[in-house]
Amino acid sequence: MPFMPVKFNLQKRVKLAQGLWMLYWLSVIVGILIFSLGIFFKIELRKRSEMMDNNESHLVPNLLMLVGMVACGINAFGGKVCHDSLDPIKFSKWKPLLKTYLLLCCGFNVLLLLVALLCFLMQFAVYLALAEGLKNGIKFYKDTDTPGRCFMKRTLDMTQIEFRCCGNNNFRDWFEVQWISNRYLDMSNDVVKDRVLSNVEGKYLMDSVPFSCCNPGSPRPCIQHHLTNNTAHYDYDHRTEELNIWVRGCREALFSYYSSMMNSIGALVILTIFLESVDMAGLKYLCTALETMTDPENPECESEGWLLEKGVKETFADMLSKVKTMGKTNQVEEGGDAPQA
Amino acid sequence: MVVMKMKFPFEKRVKLAQGLWLLSWCATVAGATTFTLGCVLKTELRRRAEVMDNTDVHIVPNTLMIVGLASLGINYFASKICQDALDAGRFPRWKNFLKPYFAVSCFFTVLMLLAVIMSYAMKGSLESSLKVGLRNGIRFYKDTDTPGRCFQKQNIDRLQMEFQCCGNNDFRDWFEVQWISNRYLDFSTKEVKDRVKSNVDGRYLVDGVPFSCCNPSSPRPCIQYKLTNNSAHYNYEYQTEELNIYLRGCREALVNYYMSLMNTIGAGVLSIFILQGSVLVSLRFLQTAMEAVAGKENTEIETEGYLLEKGVKDTIMEVRSTVWDVVYSQMSPSF
Repeated sequence: MPFMPVKFNLQKRVKLAQGLWMLYWLSVIVGILIFSLGIFFKIELRKRSEMMDNNESHLVPNLLMLVGMVACGINAFGGKVCHDSLDPIKFSKWKPLLKTYLLLCCGFNVLLLLVALLCFLMQFAVYLALAEGLKNGIKFYKDTDTPGRCFMKRTLDMTQIEFRCCGNNNFRDWFEVQWISNRYLDMSNDVVKDRVLSNVEGKYLMDSVPFSCCNPGSPRPCIQHHLTNNTAHYDYDHRTEELNIWVRGCREALFSYYSSMMNSIGALVILTIFLESVDMAGLKYLCTALETMTDPENPECESEGWLLEKGVKETFADMLSKVKTMGKTNQVEEGGDAPQA
Repeated sequence: MVVMKMKFPFEKRVKLAQGLWLLSWCATVAGATTFTLGCVLKTELRRRAEVMDNTDVHIVPNTLMIVGLASLGINYFASKICQDALDAGRFPRWKNFLKPYFAVSCFFTVLMLLAVIMSYAMKGSLESSLKVGLRNGIRFYKDTDTPGRCFQKQNIDRLQMEFQCCGNNDFRDWFEVQWISNRYLDFSTKEVKDRVKSNVDGRYLVDGVPFSCCNPSSPRPCIQYKLTNNSAHYNYEYQTEELNIYLRGCREALVNYYMSLMNTIGAGVLSIFILQGSVLVSLRFLQTAMEAVAGKENTEIETEGYLLEKGVKDTIMEVRSTVWDVVYSQMSPSF
């Protein structure tokens, strides 16, 4: 009893072949799209790799590029087969390859599912990398004379300006580190000496933030220094002031940016899985319809197409028994000749 | 004296018609590109409309959009004409259409060239418009509570950060205006009172700049206030300090940006102008070659094609007299 049989006459077969050909080329375009999204994601990760301590994982974009290229190849081959399907001579050379091709498509769908899962799960890795990277970025902000870290200040300033954020969790992260280099501190000054001596590690800590935390939308000129001291500024209450500096933390800002990107890419990959499944079903119908033609010489005869030759349960049982026999070929059979000692 | 006479045997006519058909479709795409380039330029100019005093420079993108649309029509007709050209039965219906068609097409093609020339000539107008606009922007920076000017501060801040510039000519423009609103000045302190009294207009002037002038590439945290006072900051000399704030003025930055945009667009439009011109020249040759075939029995004879029947001077005089006649017949009262 075939699974989901459909009757086909010549018109229907021709329509199926044409529709499937267009669908395969649409899938090629989707494959190219996935490839370019992989490249885009890789570039975005590299642009901000300094904010992630340069140890972010490039597994997802690399997989996306690979999957995109394989999708292009598989679907182009499928399109070619559809194009040749209505010519019996051309089709006969593709016939023996079709079974392996369909198995390959199944495996590819499993790979796509894995990639989609990774897109959603790797967001945790990005979050952790950002947390660590930003903490170090704020720590090394002042080291503009240390080779390897000279540009951390510039990168962090540009990130805070672009993503409209301040600090790691929020702006108070800047109160906990010394972000002004000792080269620009007058150590002979009493104020400086007091501040340095006031904490165990001898750091010059202030309740101030860099200029890149300033919000241009504030109606008053930016207050950067003495943020928690209401008397230092006229008509200022730090508990109610919201527009002066950015209140969001950069980890949250960057993470929401990357997570929305990864979510959309994951959604597109899931869409591709559906598209590939439809392609596979269509191709299976087309092949079986061409194989079961009652009179191969007469192209206008009727035929029947199906998805599976037997029902679902029987096909599974067949596959299981095949796998078992493949495993048993190397074993010695019971009751057979015992190996000579 | 015929201008540029060329012999056209039958195969050459066929090749000309086919090549012209392809060329006219390329020119249609080019016309759409011109329209898009005009839209892009207009969008970019409108984005910074708050720091521009007048919209004189908008004539360049407007002209480009008009020319782009017109060339779509011109090239559509050109492709239709050359499709009918090789059919001796269908070509004569275009006869009366062709003269006004060429006049209109030449006008719009010359307009394309004018747009390119204008994009270079408008630099002075753009610069003076930006000068006034930026001066007003800096003056109204503090008026975040005045309706109509509330967003001036935000616009100027974002402009300075994006274009990496400070002030109008340079950062010293900020020393000459009061950019801190009176709402945030404590008039009971001696320092504020002294500063306000120290100048005729009673303004609170500082030798400081807004935070948006700060350069992120500076190795030290940004020095915004007391810029000309070396002793106010440790290890600081304002005469040699280059990285602290942006030294470039915003007018120069914006003019450079727009001129480079218009130069790129101008180069593209110039090549489209050459393409359009070649379409019109080829169409003229095809028209004159096919006109010689009309009425003959053997359509495969060799004919001559030319650009102008008489010389350039004679053609201009003829066109002028035709236009005068048309104008006179409209103006003179009919009895």
